[in-house]
Amino acid sequence: MLAFIARRLVQSVIVMLVVAFIAFLVFRYVGDPLAALLSQDAKQADYDAARERLGLDQPFYVQFYYFVINALQGQFGISYRLQQPVSQLILERLPATIELAFASATIALVFGVLLGIYTALRPRAFSTGVIMTGSLVGVSLPTFLIGIGLIYVFAVELKWLPSFGRGEVVQIGWWRTGLLTQSGLRSLVLPAITLSLFQLTLIMRLVRAEMLEVLRTDYIRFARARGLSQRAINFGHALRNTMVPVITITGLQLGSVIAFAIITETVFQWPGVGSLFVNSVAAVDVPVMAAYLVFVALVFVVINLIVDILYFIVDPRLRDGARTGK
Amino acid sequence: MHSSLTRIAAVLVASTMLAGVANAETIRWARSSDALTLDPHSQNQGNTHTLAHHIYETLIGRDNDGSLTPRLATEWALKDGDPTVWVFKLREGVKFHNGNDFTAEDVVYSIERAKSEFSNMKQLHAEVQSVTAVDDHTVEFQMTGPALIYPNNLTNTFIMDKTWSDEHDLAVVQDFASGASNYSVLNTNGTGPYTLVSREVDVKTTLTYNEGWWGEKPPVTDIEYLTIADAQTRISALLSGEIDIVQDVPPQDIERLSNTAGFKVEIGPENRFIYFGYKFGDEPLKSSNITDSNPFNNPLVREAMELALDRDAIQQVVMRGQSIPTGIPNPPFVRGWTEELDAYPAPDVEKAKALMAEAGYPDGFSVTLDTPNNRYVNDEAISTAYVGMLGQIGINVTLASRPVAEHSPIILANESDFYLLGWGVPTFDSAYVFNDLIHTKTELHGTYNVGLYSNPELDEKIIALGTMDDMDARDATVAEIWDVVKADRVLLPIHNQVLAYAMREGVTLPVQPENQPNMTTVTFE
Repeated sequence: MLAFIARRLVQSVIVMLVVAFIAFLVFRYVGDPLAALLSQDAKQADYDAARERLGLDQPFYVQFYYFVINALQGQFGISYRLQQPVSQLILERLPATIELAFASATIALVFGVLLGIYTALRPRAFSTGVIMTGSLVGVSLPTFLIGIGLIYVFAVELKWLPSFGRGEVVQIGWWRTGLLTQSGLRSLVLPAITLSLFQLTLIMRLVRAEMLEVLRTDYIRFARARGLSQRAINFGHALRNTMVPVITITGLQLGSVIAFAIITETVFQWPGVGSLFVNSVAAVDVPVMAAYLVFVALVFVVINLIVDILYFIVDPRLRDGARTGK
Repeated sequence: MHSSLTRIAAVLVASTMLAGVANAETIRWARSSDALTLDPHSQNQGNTHTLAHHIYETLIGRDNDGSLTPRLATEWALKDGDPTVWVFKLREGVKFHNGNDFTAEDVVYSIERAKSEFSNMKQLHAEVQSVTAVDDHTVEFQMTGPALIYPNNLTNTFIMDKTWSDEHDLAVVQDFASGASNYSVLNTNGTGPYTLVSREVDVKTTLTYNEGWWGEKPPVTDIEYLTIADAQTRISALLSGEIDIVQDVPPQDIERLSNTAGFKVEIGPENRFIYFGYKFGDEPLKSSNITDSNPFNNPLVREAMELALDRDAIQQVVMRGQSIPTGIPNPPFVRGWTEELDAYPAPDVEKAKALMAEAGYPDGFSVTLDTPNNRYVNDEAISTAYVGMLGQIGINVTLASRPVAEHSPIILANESDFYLLGWGVPTFDSAYVFNDLIHTKTELHGTYNVGLYSNPELDEKIIALGTMDDMDARDATVAEIWDVVKADRVLLPIHNQVLAYAMREGVTLPVQPENQPNMTTVTFE
């Protein structure tokens, strides 16, 4: 078990190094940060001096080398654009993204499972047709359109919910939460729904398909024959066996929700790491882009590691295989 | 389950109604991107200056009509008998937010800081040799030579408190390459009308009125300055009543907002022109099918290109009326602008074709046009329109559209044959245009003269402008230079940009030509 984890950790470090290397390779084509850093009346001499001080006159692999050396010491430098330490910028914005990701994952999980069960149990009902068709619309519309649509209906026309931002926040240690104020919770509703729609559809269809499959199996038929109540069969036996793949998918999707909430964050001006990244790309803020991409790699690596370990614990075959393998 | 959902919905609705009541003295002001820093000398950039003008003050201010107004300096003049020294009388009884007195040594400190190596303001003060405090409220600027228009360069250079700055070790301006952040990036101590209450970068900055301010108390006492990057969301937030003023209004929304009850749009000219530039010199163009000569170097071709440019059509169709077509690369606010220079010829495709034939290109030629697509209002659409117009006279243009971060390095490396660019004139004086766009490209001049136009006679005159001591003679030289620039078609100007601010009915924020509006100018009805 320990050897397994150690091996995975080494692999994780390699993955992150590769991500950073590719990132630096690509950065050369994003543009020149000096375009935004220097004033309109800067002279050629100013450009040359700034290029040298930033090390931009060096080949990318030299820049990469210095990035790795500094990153190993926990130094990600300061943002070109905002002049603040990069690690501080990312840490400050992380709570917003995590709260949004968990809120949307919760919505997706709760409604996805409920609707999935409902549509599986009543496969021929009219309401099932409506839900299935509606979910197709939800999954095929781009996120920014859904966001803009929700803003138009609930903020501009009905004036029920705020159209942007995170509302009032409360500081608890370094964690800045919007979950403890009314305006914070209200601000969370629209972006969380927008971000959850895709996952919701995915989970719903997964639960429905699995459930339909399970309901056809022999042991469910035997359970019916034994005269168990419909409720006990559906929730006690069928649903439990449906949940294994659902948990796996949800866990993996959580990583991508944290990493790629970029569009939702931009549409709702949600002050998370995604919108920080978008603003940084526009300004060619290399230190922030590099640190963000490494951070995203870290999120995926950690989640994958946890999932692997969970498999190890849950699936006896893996465990036994490892034992006999020794 | 059902009833609790209804209850939650009811609570949400009720809470919105309470939140909708706004204090008339608080202004909620949104724009597309935040100030980069609060260090007042680190960046020479509009958004950064706009916010700083609320907290810090400059010696001289700029009115909405472009004229200079007293601010921390009450009067200024050239020293009697010495045109190389500017004397500034400072306002008395002014205090910084922390209670320190504003004196001449703060001015000396601030100008020296603005001149220092990492300051992006240093070009504006390149002609300052030294600054001395004569007494507590008089400062003398020794210039390297006569500098008649120097006061124009002071309107965005902010005055810091020397004592406070020394306490926080701020002598070195924040530098993007330093790897560390200085105290003034997030903390302020100015003399301005508002003090900083809180700042969350890229999200919200709140300011409140400084009771000790020397000026007349403005109607706006509290400011919430918000960043909303997405244009749709920004307009939605205005329509839903969550903000009062939107500074960056997309042109396609101007008409809709003007026609929506409860909202209005203030429109005014910006001090910025948009132009096409092309490569001069005998060397053949890299992107052209003509390999033995440079068509742009032929004045007949340049004339044909101007006759093919239908500025009015671009204004009506591409800009939806929101631009001011011009025949000179110089906005009307700037000293040296005249109506004659501003005039432009009516488009004439037949004549343009004849000129192309006369120039030796009866079948036209091909070339690549480099355009930014996220820097100026409708920049890419302007270029696309011109590609079509040039097609009519046989010039076959390939459009290369890039974000400004990629466009700029190509331009600055002189690698573009044909490009679109915009230029603002923060000194409101023609010399600023000449220095960077017309003078032959060298280490210190012509940084953006990337078409490599070179006219030694003009260069001499441009350099002479910097040290002339007679305003009338200087104006005459400026006029001579403009005549040559226009006759040679050094640049092909398209239009001056127009600014639009949208706001709710009952609030008025007038347009500021540098796009640096101040909330002290807001009025309520």
